[in-house]
Amino acid sequence: MADEPLVLGIETSCDETGVGIVRGTTLLADAVASSVDEHARFGGVVPEVASRAHLEAMVPTIERALKEAGVSARDLDGIAVTAGPGLAGALLVGVTAAKAYAYALGKPLYGVNHLASHICVDQLEHGALPEPTMALLVSGGHSSLLLSTDITSDVRPLGATIDDAAGEAFDKIARVLNLGFPGGPVIDRYAREGDPDAIAFPRGLTGPRDPAYDFSFSGLKTAVARWIEARRAAGEEVPVRDVSASFQEAVVDVLTRKAVRACKDEGVDHLMIGGGVAANSRLRALAQERCEAAGIRLRVPRPKLCTDNGAMVAALGAEMVARGRPASDWDLSADSSLPVTDPHVPGTAHSHAHETAGGNLYS
Amino acid sequence: MLLLALDTATPAVTVALHDGHDVIASSSQVDARRHGELLLPAIDRVLAEAGLRLDAVTGIVVGVGPGPYTGLRVGLMTADTFGLALGVPVHGLCTLDGLAYAADLEGPFVVATDARRKEVYWARYADSRTRLTEPAVDRPADIAGQVAGLPAVGAGALLYPDTFPKAHEPEHVTAAALARLAAERLAAGRELPAPRPLYLRRPDAQVPKNYKVVTPK
Ligand SMILES: [Zn+2]
Repeated sequence: MADEPLVLGIETSCDETGVGIVRGTTLLADAVASSVDEHARFGGVVPEVASRAHLEAMVPTIERALKEAGVSARDLDGIAVTAGPGLAGALLVGVTAAKAYAYALGKPLYGVNHLASHICVDQLEHGALPEPTMALLVSGGHSSLLLSTDITSDVRPLGATIDDAAGEAFDKIARVLNLGFPGGPVIDRYAREGDPDAIAFPRGLTGPRDPAYDFSFSGLKTAVARWIEARRAAGEEVPVRDVSASFQEAVVDVLTRKAVRACKDEGVDHLMIGGGVAANSRLRALAQERCEAAGIRLRVPRPKLCTDNGAMVAALGAEMVARGRPASDWDLSADSSLPVTDPHVPGTAHSHAHETAGGNLYS
Repeated sequence: MLLLALDTATPAVTVALHDGHDVIASSSQVDARRHGELLLPAIDRVLAEAGLRLDAVTGIVVGVGPGPYTGLRVGLMTADTFGLALGVPVHGLCTLDGLAYAADLEGPFVVATDARRKEVYWARYADSRTRLTEPAVDRPADIAGQVAGLPAVGAGALLYPDTFPKAHEPEHVTAAALARLAAERLAAGRELPAPRPLYLRRPDAQVPKNYKVVTPK
């Protein structure tokens, strides 16, 4: 389908330098350079380390994506970039690169929302998003339930974490257990050999008077850490597999329970799960089980598309082009707290930026 | 030849075009908090003023700092990406060298810019074209002995009169000065350095307290 928009997307909201290329809903390239190893010894992402790595990795990652996709930059219909939310300094590197690239190539620029991109990426896996779509986004930076009737213009937050993100809880517990960073994959691995019912950890915000769609993982995190400390203080060995399994079960139980309830309440028959924690095998299994029981179709992209990447940004950018959404201006800035209700940052009508830049290189 | 020069290592967002003879258009705005927003529109304006399009540019010169990181990266990332899109060489020049060149002094002097946190980025020069020391970051009081009696330029010098009593203009670097310096060096057949950032400080990073090691069964 050569008439579908060919878009390059740039993502630098955290520690991954991602450059993806899509044509419509077809994935052509997904190049990622990660600085995760540089953060491991700190037990979390260090913003300045991430920003420095983005600057180094950007041009080689763009080159790799173009090569992988087998397309020429002059054939692109637009450049999309994560404008927010995320780490301010890290976002700025990607926004700066995208602006310079779009300007030099004479292409329209689309500053898009990171969370909407996490949802839109599923188009590359399972085709056009059903409208409306319910989305559960869970990662080290976010835990949200979102309802979207049009991913380019209408994303409504139903609930979000009131303290820690789900992925953050995984990282913290992994640190308490001395399992390294990031915590998600390693806890998932130990949990497979543990008993999820071994220890009854608390399920946050699940009382009858609690907000139905909000999450809280801070209490759980503290309870698990205390339980481990108590064992250590008593000179007993900590059963890492059982702790991992029981902690993980508490997290995914709450996530899936609330997501399925939101679908039922809103009459939505599709649930999409995205974000790094969507790679968790127990979350996928339990969501599948509960969705089936409730007659809901579950859509979860492959793990590599769930974590931060440029393809998801390109996917949303392509949708912006396809639906004729206005491009962003050349003074687009990174917005570390871009509201989830803004799927992209359209330019203002008064700007002449795109007129002057109309023909820079290939047009 | 058409050189595009830019620098975002100081509070100035500055852009200039040099055609091999002289600067033909330039722009400088001082706003330490909006490098990312201001740079590309400034480039667009400077090109329009010269009646040229970006694809006429044959080389790019970018100030590599030292400078506060967030702003510094805006210029470097823009230069790198233009280099990729246009297929032209990207050169780096020390931002302090640009200020030294603009100072147009014959004798020894010091260039100091504001490094924030009560420190300055600085270097000593024999004259406007000859740097004697590697750029460094220090507290003004700690280098008072090394800069004593010397004239000084740059916002870092103007900010600390106790250490730099003979401080004067220019306060900020201009891309016009960087472009002239680069054109002069290229015409003399000298290689310009790669566009790599001069951070001079390690990233701030809090290392979390470590728990006792637990060996999984
Ligand atoms: Zn994310």
